[in-house]
Amino acid sequence: MNGRTDWTAHIVLSIGVLLFVLPLWLVFSASTQDPAMIGRGELSFIPGSGIGVYWKVLTEGAPGVAPVWHLLMVSFGMAISIAIGKIVISVLSAYAIAFFRFPFRLVCFWTIFFTLMLPVEVRIIPTYSVMAGFGLINSFTGLTLPLIASATATLLFRQTFLAVPDELVEAARMDGAGPLRFLRDILLPVSGANIAALFVILFVYGWNQYLWPLLVATDSRLDTIVIGIVKMIGADTSVEWNRVMATAVLAMLPPVAVVLLMQTWFVKGLTEGDK
Amino acid sequence: MERRTIFGGWALPAAFVLPQLLLTVFFFLWPAGEAIYGSLTRQDAFGLKTQFIGFENFVDLFEDPLYVESLWRTVYFCAAVSLLSMSVALLLAVFADREIAGRGFYRTMLIWPYAIAPAVAAVLWILLLHPQIGMVAHGLKAIGVVWDYKINGGQAMLVVILASAWKQVSYNFIFFLAGLQSIPRSVIEAARMDGARGWRRFRTIIFPLLAPTTFFLLVVNLVYSAFDTFGTIQALTQGGPGKSTETLVVKVYRDGVVNLDLGGSSAQSVVLMVGIVVLTVVQFRFLGKRDKT
Repeated sequence: MNGRTDWTAHIVLSIGVLLFVLPLWLVFSASTQDPAMIGRGELSFIPGSGIGVYWKVLTEGAPGVAPVWHLLMVSFGMAISIAIGKIVISVLSAYAIAFFRFPFRLVCFWTIFFTLMLPVEVRIIPTYSVMAGFGLINSFTGLTLPLIASATATLLFRQTFLAVPDELVEAARMDGAGPLRFLRDILLPVSGANIAALFVILFVYGWNQYLWPLLVATDSRLDTIVIGIVKMIGADTSVEWNRVMATAVLAMLPPVAVVLLMQTWFVKGLTEGDK
Repeated sequence: MERRTIFGGWALPAAFVLPQLLLTVFFFLWPAGEAIYGSLTRQDAFGLKTQFIGFENFVDLFEDPLYVESLWRTVYFCAAVSLLSMSVALLLAVFADREIAGRGFYRTMLIWPYAIAPAVAAVLWILLLHPQIGMVAHGLKAIGVVWDYKINGGQAMLVVILASAWKQVSYNFIFFLAGLQSIPRSVIEAARMDGARGWRRFRTIIFPLLAPTTFFLLVVNLVYSAFDTFGTIQALTQGGPGKSTETLVVKVYRDGVVNLDLGGSSAQSVVLMVGIVVLTVVQFRFLGKRDKT
């Protein structure tokens, strides 16, 4: 490169960054301002003094919505269960499909593959009626279990496993390692980076769910934080905007923190695994 | 691709594949089957008799002007969101790929929005564009624009497009940047030697090399804008005013869950399934091609 500063790049990228950071700052700023002022349209970029609103939403919530600490707990439980559940189930099934020959192996593979084409959004009503049949409506199991089956994770692990050299498998067998020990001592450590990347993607996926919790959990004790926010806005006439914005900040912190902390793995896993 | 070395036995692999398979059958195949069955039958008003009626539900669906309108609205919405979000992301990725000071910082600042929920993105845009409290809305009013997306359908569409596209920029940015980084520097150097500069170099050399990434992203973005934006739309407009932001998924939700029209919504679900099957097949045909090269 020549020594000159590339001003065009800096200007374009700065505008890009501002496009994302300014709205975020505005949300934070609004959360600390007087709701009556916001309601009158006197929103300011400069934060007010109402930082106490965070304590208030955490412990009290807003009219018609559970305290935010409770919403956070549900979201955490949901995101973690989905992420870990998907990883465990997908590692096991990908291992079976990649390293064994058993009857109906390909049928199993294509059955799992097919779920790629059936996101919750396209099977809203029928899935709901199946859930009702199992008595899983308004239960934490109902909230998480149907989202745990994952074709993408299975396909990703299958690819990783197929790339493990045959020599490694041979060597492990010569040393007397059975299938279970091979999985635990060799395959899982080798796939560490993939698992970490997938954890980020799945945590964010679970945390950000909206339609499924809306359908399956009408009991407000099972409201996630995303559901809680939309409920708060829905009150419409007397929305306490500072509470809504404080809740929005709290809703963004955990997934953003996970993405930032694990950024390198996450970006690698996302772009190499394709979706 | 297949492995040469494998383990023997079938009880262990069967046990390993079973949990995934059970979830798939109960929560994917069964509901999908029920949707197809429901779309081909009609129940009487009391739910006592079920009658097989062939494709009548589908004929009704496509003869319903409201559904066809919603279909075109969805096409328009998806195209706008994908185009807007991908162009902005590509522009940012091209500059973030340059060797400039602080590029790590820029990248991080453009990647974190991946974590924002679609419904939460809506909250951010409310602060900007809400007719009473929005900051930009006040600016617009100050210069004489009559701005109220709660009443004006066209403006409502614009708002949901902006919020949905905004949320997806970072995803596209990550992939475009990875795509750009995988282009060998020697290719770009060679182009520079040949005197291809700036825009021409981008148009004739870099963009064609990004074609696989672009195509992959186009499919992902269409799926995202058709399905994942439900939360954004629900938080901003609930499909309104009137039906001006009612996409197909919002319509299934309104008809099936709010208005309890089960037969019609089964047929709608099946149409959505067909749509996503087509997109997935297109995507995998293309991915298969890329594997061979």
